[in-house]
Amino acid sequence: MGNSSLANIYRLGVKELRSLWADKALLVLIVWAFTGAIYSAAKGVSQELRNAPVAVVDEDRSPLSQRLIGALTPPHFKPPRLIEFKDMDRVMDHGQVTFAIVIPANFQRDLAAGHRPAIQLNIDATQMAQSFIGAGYIQSIFAGELNEYLTGRREGSEPPIQLATRVRFNPNLISYWFGGVMEVINLVNMITIILVGAAFIREREHGTLEHLLVMPLTPVQIMVAKIWANGLAVLLCTTFALLVVVQGVLGVTITGSIPLFLCGSAVYLFSAGSIGIFLGTIARSMPQFGLLFILTIIPLQMLSGGVTPRESMPQIIQDIMLAAPTTYFVRLAQAILYRGAGFEVVWRDFVGIAVIGAVFFALALARFRRSLTLTQI
Amino acid sequence: MAEAAPLVARLTGVGLRYGEVTALERVDLELPGGVMVGLIGPDGVGKSSLLALVAGARKAQTGRIEVFGGDLRDRRFRDKVQPRIAYMPQGLGRNLYQTLSVEENVDFFGRLFGQDRAERSARIDELLAATGLAPFRERSAAKLSGGMKQKLGLCCALIHDPDLLILDEPTTGVDPLSRRQFWALIAGLRARRPGMSVLVATAYMEEAERFDWLVAMDAGRIVGTGTAAALKTHTGGATLEEAFIRLLPEERRREHHVLVIPPRVDEGDGWAIEAEGLTERFGDFTAVDHVSFSIARGEIFGFLGPNGCGKTTTMKMLTGLLPPKEGRALLFGREVKAGNLETRKQVGYMSQAFSLYGELTVAQNLDLHARLFHLPPQRVGPRCAELSASFGLGPYADMPAAGLPLGIRQRLSLAVAVVHEPKLLILDEPTSGVDPIARDHFWALLVKLSREQGVTIFISTHFMNEAEHCDRVALMDEGRVLASGTPAELRAVKGAASLEEAFIAYLEEAGQASRAEAASTTPVAPAATAAATGKAPESAGFSLARMLSISHREALELLRDPIRLAVALMGSVVLMFVLGFGVSMDVENLRFAALDRDQSPESRAYIDNIAGSRYFVHHPAIRDQAELDRRMNNGELAVAIEIPPNYGRDLRLGRHPEIGVWVDGAMPFRGETARGYLRGMHSEYIVALATEATGTAPELMPTEIALRYRYNQDFRSIYAMVPAMLPLLLIFIPAIMTALGVVREKELGSITNFYVTPLGRLEFLLGKQLPYVAVAMLSFFILILQAVFIFEVPIKGSLAVLTLGTLLYVTTTTSIGLLMSTFTRTQIAALFGTAILTMLPTVQFSGLTTPVDSLQGPAYWIGQFFPASYYLVLCRGVFTKALVFSDLTVQFAALAAFIPALTAISVALLSKQEK
Repeated sequence: MGNSSLANIYRLGVKELRSLWADKALLVLIVWAFTGAIYSAAKGVSQELRNAPVAVVDEDRSPLSQRLIGALTPPHFKPPRLIEFKDMDRVMDHGQVTFAIVIPANFQRDLAAGHRPAIQLNIDATQMAQSFIGAGYIQSIFAGELNEYLTGRREGSEPPIQLATRVRFNPNLISYWFGGVMEVINLVNMITIILVGAAFIREREHGTLEHLLVMPLTPVQIMVAKIWANGLAVLLCTTFALLVVVQGVLGVTITGSIPLFLCGSAVYLFSAGSIGIFLGTIARSMPQFGLLFILTIIPLQMLSGGVTPRESMPQIIQDIMLAAPTTYFVRLAQAILYRGAGFEVVWRDFVGIAVIGAVFFALALARFRRSLTLTQI
Repeated sequence: MAEAAPLVARLTGVGLRYGEVTALERVDLELPGGVMVGLIGPDGVGKSSLLALVAGARKAQTGRIEVFGGDLRDRRFRDKVQPRIAYMPQGLGRNLYQTLSVEENVDFFGRLFGQDRAERSARIDELLAATGLAPFRERSAAKLSGGMKQKLGLCCALIHDPDLLILDEPTTGVDPLSRRQFWALIAGLRARRPGMSVLVATAYMEEAERFDWLVAMDAGRIVGTGTAAALKTHTGGATLEEAFIRLLPEERRREHHVLVIPPRVDEGDGWAIEAEGLTERFGDFTAVDHVSFSIARGEIFGFLGPNGCGKTTTMKMLTGLLPPKEGRALLFGREVKAGNLETRKQVGYMSQAFSLYGELTVAQNLDLHARLFHLPPQRVGPRCAELSASFGLGPYADMPAAGLPLGIRQRLSLAVAVVHEPKLLILDEPTSGVDPIARDHFWALLVKLSREQGVTIFISTHFMNEAEHCDRVALMDEGRVLASGTPAELRAVKGAASLEEAFIAYLEEAGQASRAEAASTTPVAPAATAAATGKAPESAGFSLARMLSISHREALELLRDPIRLAVALMGSVVLMFVLGFGVSMDVENLRFAALDRDQSPESRAYIDNIAGSRYFVHHPAIRDQAELDRRMNNGELAVAIEIPPNYGRDLRLGRHPEIGVWVDGAMPFRGETARGYLRGMHSEYIVALATEATGTAPELMPTEIALRYRYNQDFRSIYAMVPAMLPLLLIFIPAIMTALGVVREKELGSITNFYVTPLGRLEFLLGKQLPYVAVAMLSFFILILQAVFIFEVPIKGSLAVLTLGTLLYVTTTTSIGLLMSTFTRTQIAALFGTAILTMLPTVQFSGLTTPVDSLQGPAYWIGQFFPASYYLVLCRGVFTKALVFSDLTVQFAALAAFIPALTAISVALLSKQEK
């Protein structure tokens, strides 16, 4: 690539940035995305147990049952709703509570008499995330309360084997540490693919792409310019979001190297931009591009390990998702930002992202000229 | 002329500004009715603005516009008067729907004006016959030639018998033959309906000569009115063109010089362009059929021919944009190849359609191209200044190119094409829409380039006086070159007085003209039927018929794009598969390894217990602490277990040994679940140990806690996920489909039809929405079949309830897309806005993974005001809990409430006039 080629790429990129700057509605949306959206996604959604809605049918109405109910406290649980047994089905059907606890009549008396009265814990299993974890919390809280009531010690009798669990990288399992960064990744993905792909279609619809091709410019220069310019804009937003929103406002402790992560992001932007142009060469018009974008972005976001863990997915999905650069990017982000991994750990992910990006770039290049004749307004 | 006729329009003190630039300055004008009024003037003097104002397409900023005796500022009056006005905006076929056929385009306008089927069909037949478009009924508008597009536009404008027909440069870019037919058509129409007023802007002075009454404009002001004859006498000009020039202010007049072309001296230094048997086919249509010609260096070579005869295609082959199917093209002796950058540096190309960056300013466009052609940095500034001066672009330097009048944009395109001082210029109709003075000016530049610098110029044009300026011309028709030679030679061969006559004679000989002319001279029947039924009753209020006409058109456009339809329907199915199987809240296959410092049978038993669980996958043992750290750091292990030395012995001695467990908390949900598993298994293991030792199971808990998992007893993700996929899929795809509905019309220009027809805002929005609601419902039924038969997730409740809820939901989601579409100005912003505003809330805030009630801060409120939250409860309720309608009244009410709210915001954001 000679000097003149670089100069062209630079010029075309500057043009791209000017177009971006001219679209004020788009800028407003981007600003909201990298501030408000990240904040509300990170702060609002807790995957750990927070404010779980609970209802209690207290047929005992004893000091002990009161004590059990009083033990379900924020932040894990909302203040329990006291209901009648007959209302329980309705409340659960409407999804108003995830848990409904029934404390039977004479519970305290029976317990004191050495019987083993049963507490019933109804769980709405359609709330997949909350139900399992919440059931565990309720069991252990009740066990503690009852042990203390009976023996004066929360732990009960000392078990033959002790278990000391320690959580690494996020000791208190605060979910917004995770949610904030994953939202940044989702946005990077979405914005890059849309900006680059739609900018390509727009140039085709307005005939400017044809115009560029009669000048001493090559398709590679045009593509690279689109990617670097939009990528730069997104990278700046990412840096801002990470430093100011995630670290500053949300107060997330980032263990790893932010520069290394930004390098990874830059490689990823190339990859996502290439996918964007590739989609742009397949679609004949903007409406088609919109649909293709949705079909691409949803699997990328939902299945790359940022929403649910990869290893829970069927093997075939895991294998297919190895062809998506997002999978490597999510892994790279988790490794660098939470586990403080260095380049020697994540270099494979760098390579994965770059190779997939190069493949899409090559495919887009191969379709570049042909796509000109496809334009349909 | 104007004597007894009532006024059709009166403008009082009308002013209009675009940012810094004044388009119209306190214009006072009275337009006589029942006649043909022509608007003449250079580019960018406000002709188009004036027409748009009178048509009601644009809102006046100051002053008062009366049309048919009422004030256009009054919305009620505007609604009432709009059916009497028809408006054809500037640009070939800009207000047509390109994917629809000729007949469907006209039909749409008929429906819009409330005509019934019989009336429409009679009128369409009549109009298509009159315009000679009848043989092309089924052809899509995109595939029509420029002249045919303009005729089709005219049909669309005339379908409702307007009393005022407003045409903005209708014949710009149209070949002489089609132009002649076009005006014959207008004359026929006027003969049939003598009361009709016609208001035309034109750049052709010979056309204006034939109009009844003229308005000459310059720089946003009226500089003269009256008949052509009156203008000529008043100014003492021999021709209208001269009269017009004399009307201009002194300094503008000085710019004009009579064009003189020095004869070309043939230096015999070879060919600039050699085309040998060039052929191009699109499918089975041959656009260019074995075309050969040669152009000498320094020559000005004109390319003439009707619209759609293959001129543009030939030019594209010469630039390397289109590879020829047969034959070859040589530029300066070298074959044209797509990848050859060297030849491109010597060529300047200007395409027919404006193809510069509309969002960049004039100065930025010039600067960009100068740099892309690698002018030395110190030359860029002076060169841009030079071009800006010689093309008269100075006043527009800081304006975005998109907002400029057509003529100014053409000048900018030209300036860009010559920025690098190329040796060869290929110009495709460069002067279409450019006023006579600027045209002469431009030709003076071309002549200078050709005669002084030896630049070769290959130019296509519809102006015969321009063809006369060329050294040689070639005449093309239906993909073949009919004749070529100097203008004088061609005239001589046909014995014609003018080149135009010779041109038509050639075409008639080739058969094309006779065919088209015959069609266009079909007498325009007075169509008593049409006239009798007259105007449809105009209702100022909401009209179902108009709304349905929009739906009908939108549905047709959707059907014309089967790829989009298929992707929308099949895409949902594919996504349902991928997500239904892939998104699982089950945490399984956690990778774990043990650091066993004891290596006793007891320690191995503990590890094997965990390894045997389906939740964990056993990885090779860890040797030391450093390895444990490393393998957790690189993400290999989700869980590590450390068994202390002497564990086995301590256990046997009852010393309560402690096992250490490390859990990867990078993904909190997974970490939390893994910790839960480990604790549970640990307890079970202790119970098992004790049972083995003592024969009875010990009580770890002082009481039983009986767990009852409801609705999804076996805790299978799929029962929870499949119903949850419906809210996801039925928002993303429907919203993205409607997201471009309005903004695309804004970007491509057909929004004008909304501005100038009686179409209400609500009719327009709901009409657009309807087909997409239908597609979304179809998609819903396919997804239901998939859920029940392929995923085997049964619907425990009533399908009817679910269907009704879905109908409300998809209406809401399509409304969200439309709202984004009315809010944004570009398609990119609309796509992005819809994606960002639907995806995040649906995935995160609607209760998919976390119940809405457990959300905090803004997320909670977004969740409360997001339709997917309610639909998710509804879906899960009907699918897994067998809920009935009465259980779900809150959800139904909420979903129903979103629809009027969203629609009201869209209506408020949608402007009925351009501002």
